[in-house]
Amino acid sequence: MRVQSMHFHARAHGALEDARLQSVLKRFGSGFAEKRAAAREAYGVEAFEALRTASAAIRDRALGALDTWLLRFEAEATRRGTRVLWAKDTAEVRQYVLEICARHGLKKAIKSKSMVSEEASLNEALEAQGVQAVETDLGEYIIQLAKEPPSHIIAPAIHKDKDQVADLFAEHHRRPRLDDIRAMTDEARQMLRGHFLSADLGISGGNFLVAETGSVALVTNEGNGRMVTTLPRVHVAITGVEKVIPTLEDLSTLNRVLPRSATGQDVENYFSIVTGPRREGDLDGPEHMYVILVDAGRTRFLGGDMQQMLRCIRCGACMNHCPVFKAVGGHAYGWVYPGPMGSVLTPVYRGIENALDLPQAATLCGACHVACPVQIPLPELLRKLRERQMQARLRPWRERAGFALWAFAARRPRLYALATAVAVRALKLMGGARGRISRLPLGSGWTLGRDMPAPEGRTFREQYARRAR
Amino acid sequence: MSTGRRVGLFVTCLVDLMRPRIGFAALKLLEGAGFEVEVPATQTCCGQPGWNSGERSSARALAEKLIAEFERFDYVVVPSGSCAGMIKVHYAEVFAGEGAWLARVERLAATTWELSDFLVNVARLDRVPGDFHGAITYHDSCSGLRELGVKEQPRRLLAYMPGVALREMKNCEECCGFGGTFSIKFGDVSAAIAESKCENIAASGADSVVLGDLGCMLNIEGRLRRRGDERTRVLHIAELLAGEERR
Repeated sequence: MRVQSMHFHARAHGALEDARLQSVLKRFGSGFAEKRAAAREAYGVEAFEALRTASAAIRDRALGALDTWLLRFEAEATRRGTRVLWAKDTAEVRQYVLEICARHGLKKAIKSKSMVSEEASLNEALEAQGVQAVETDLGEYIIQLAKEPPSHIIAPAIHKDKDQVADLFAEHHRRPRLDDIRAMTDEARQMLRGHFLSADLGISGGNFLVAETGSVALVTNEGNGRMVTTLPRVHVAITGVEKVIPTLEDLSTLNRVLPRSATGQDVENYFSIVTGPRREGDLDGPEHMYVILVDAGRTRFLGGDMQQMLRCIRCGACMNHCPVFKAVGGHAYGWVYPGPMGSVLTPVYRGIENALDLPQAATLCGACHVACPVQIPLPELLRKLRERQMQARLRPWRERAGFALWAFAARRPRLYALATAVAVRALKLMGGARGRISRLPLGSGWTLGRDMPAPEGRTFREQYARRAR
Repeated sequence: MSTGRRVGLFVTCLVDLMRPRIGFAALKLLEGAGFEVEVPATQTCCGQPGWNSGERSSARALAEKLIAEFERFDYVVVPSGSCAGMIKVHYAEVFAGEGAWLARVERLAATTWELSDFLVNVARLDRVPGDFHGAITYHDSCSGLRELGVKEQPRRLLAYMPGVALREMKNCEECCGFGGTFSIKFGDVSAAIAESKCENIAASGADSVVLGDLGCMLNIEGRLRRRGDERTRVLHIAELLAGEERR
């Protein structure tokens, strides 16, 4: 997927101006966050916090010896008949999948949700080679019809309202327009049924890779993941190298925290552990199974001061709790991953200079950090990226000059006293009788949608000194 | 000789420049609670704006200055969750790996308190000078809440005033959209988030919104007035507790 993150400013502005999107976002509101809070409450707040700590520890243990666990995964998966392929970038992902299609003569792919395949623009590559790709997660199916990228990692069509979906279905299904959600879902199900039965390739992501058994664990709510991994002749699972965990026991812990953090469910509707292709005597399953392990920027986090980011289990809690995401939606972020996790991943995966706004586009409110099931200190990571931007002199000179000037004055109390005494008097005058400023000369961003309350007119230090005298 | 009750009041740059009366209200509360309070005259800024923007060197210079100004007190009290959070939580990151500085930071962090936290957990107030009457709603500022655990403290103090009717708003723990320089860099997004906050304040039925941080205060007041709300008052908790809120 092309990176559009350099245009965050304009895209966010567009999102704020889009009345239809705003009404959808308003309805989305804090829904997931409230469900997560209820699930946490029901689990027991203390126990849930202990679960977060345990989950972070599991992820750290895996990441601390990532090579070891990946090789163990490869050995165990291979032993059970899975072919493991290593992709250093998204070009290699496309190449591998196309090679597999050519080798087995595959013509039609059904896909379960995979954000890594979005990174790789896999659908476009398949279509270009004459392989039809059909998204089977309902949300992904909708945005595939609309030819749009996902706007949320677990609810990809969250930016669409019912009427928009009804129009899309009427246009593409060539049936009378429906306006009942249940009926629309049934119709999509009927449409997908044919695809499920006629596909020869199934492409899935992987929520976790279990090293000790060489298994791919998949979490879905619609059961489509199970169809994708069992019906077609060939199954290809594509996932990031960081997704490996040591044991099934670890999987059990992480699968307690994942659905609760994502949608507030105690357990997702379908949980599959896929271990190798069909064996002698199995009733179903693919003849061939491949796992593509993808780097594409992930190992850049390893060993550095931002390694915690690789703990991410893609639940979406950070964006569900993010005031910026809730105001502008996911497309503003301009690449595959929106919200706080995306604002850390995109600059590291795709180059810090290609996503300058993203680490800045956060209030550092900390809501993502406290919601994260694996305790990733997202605000701290965003701050570190800001520091890297400063060091690389990628911030505008006015901003750098502003901070330099502020720091220069604030270290010289007498100069600071003089400058601030003048400034607060001037601002007080500007505020007039109503005591507020509606256009701030050096802070026009502020007064775009707000007044600036005027200062009282004398600094605290002036008044305190006078009082002490 | 130290009495063990010497408080250094760090009023913060925003209170100093924008709302000195909040600084005096804090002073009154602390003196009323029997502490010897001093406001070091050279104080300016804790360095948070630079730190949050990735300007490590300027943040560090200001942190060094603040440490030198305040480490001699038994307690340092700050009428702001975000500035107190900077000192208590983030100074250790500013000086990461520097043993001598870290020892000083650790000592200072242990003596530094957000105002309402201090009044409840150190001063152990059981009454306050203020006698506010009205329906209020409380906005939990991000750093105070999530970095310092300031949640029940302000509500406990407000409850000492029988005339106060607390009407909690929806999403009172959600950010108001200020975010320091974010509010200027992404003014439109910031104002949109502030608008949600204002809608929740209006829906609470309160006449005043009370909070403990200047950034949120300017942001919320600025948005309320721009959207034509001339009535809802925006007050720092120190003003109410000290009985120094002005009409």
